[in-house]
Amino acid sequence: MTRSERGTSDHSAATREIVELELPARPDVLALARLVVAGLVSGDPDFTDERLDDLRLAVSEACTNAIEAQQRAAPGRSAPPITVRCWVSAGRAEVEIHDNGTGFDPRALAPHPPVTDPARLDFEGGLGIPLIRLLSDNVEFRPSHSGTIVAMTFEARRARSGQ
Amino acid sequence: MDLRLDVSERDGWAVLAVGGEVDVATAPRLREKLIELVNDGHHQIVVDLGAVEFLDSTGLGVLVGALKRVRTHDGDLALVCTESRVLKIFEITGLTKVFAIHGSVDEAVAAG
Repeated sequence: MTRSERGTSDHSAATREIVELELPARPDVLALARLVVAGLVSGDPDFTDERLDDLRLAVSEACTNAIEAQQRAAPGRSAPPITVRCWVSAGRAEVEIHDNGTGFDPRALAPHPPVTDPARLDFEGGLGIPLIRLLSDNVEFRPSHSGTIVAMTFEARRARSGQ
Repeated sequence: MDLRLDVSERDGWAVLAVGGEVDVATAPRLREKLIELVNDGHHQIVVDLGAVEFLDSTGLGVLVGALKRVRTHDGDLALVCTESRVLKIFEITGLTKVFAIHGSVDEAVAAG
């Protein structure tokens, strides 16, 4: 489930460790995905506990979306796995979540009513993508040959905090 | 999956103490417990998130749904949250403006 690759773009000769996890598309694997990614990134001492919390939540949200996409495309046990890839170098963590779902257009998300509007209480979902955007330093939603790739970048030291 | 739910009563409020991890795997149990409380006639609910180690958007959604449910019965739902990692999620999503968030169950009950 894990493998290493020689980094080709790194100026240093250090091995760039890529952790790749293939996980069944089931909600009960989320805790494992959080544990593995946060465990890997915590090896870089530049990442504070607070930043690891951000990472843990964003990864969990992205995996949740991937699992749901997968389950929509192929319900039940026939759903193919999702893939989580993560690597860390020089104070930056990159995490990709791959699914084989039906694709996703983040621009199609309707915004919630303002929090002060009583109608806000009609919306229980739809906070996952906004949270990913708030917690990561960069996020891209890329169509792949088989579904969607969510690629997130986390800087250990970000200029702004959570906003 | 690690989710702990413990119900008690305090001055007419139902207090639901939540512990562990709330995500899409465990949130259905939290939702069911809150619906059960409302169906049993508890419309004044304190949800104590003090022992929550992880909360995601699904958990936030369950709490929003529960707040709406008690409000339709003229009730209220207050939160107890002191952990900065959990508070931050309410802050960055703006939900601190939706929920009354207190530092202790005593404070939540007194404010209600």
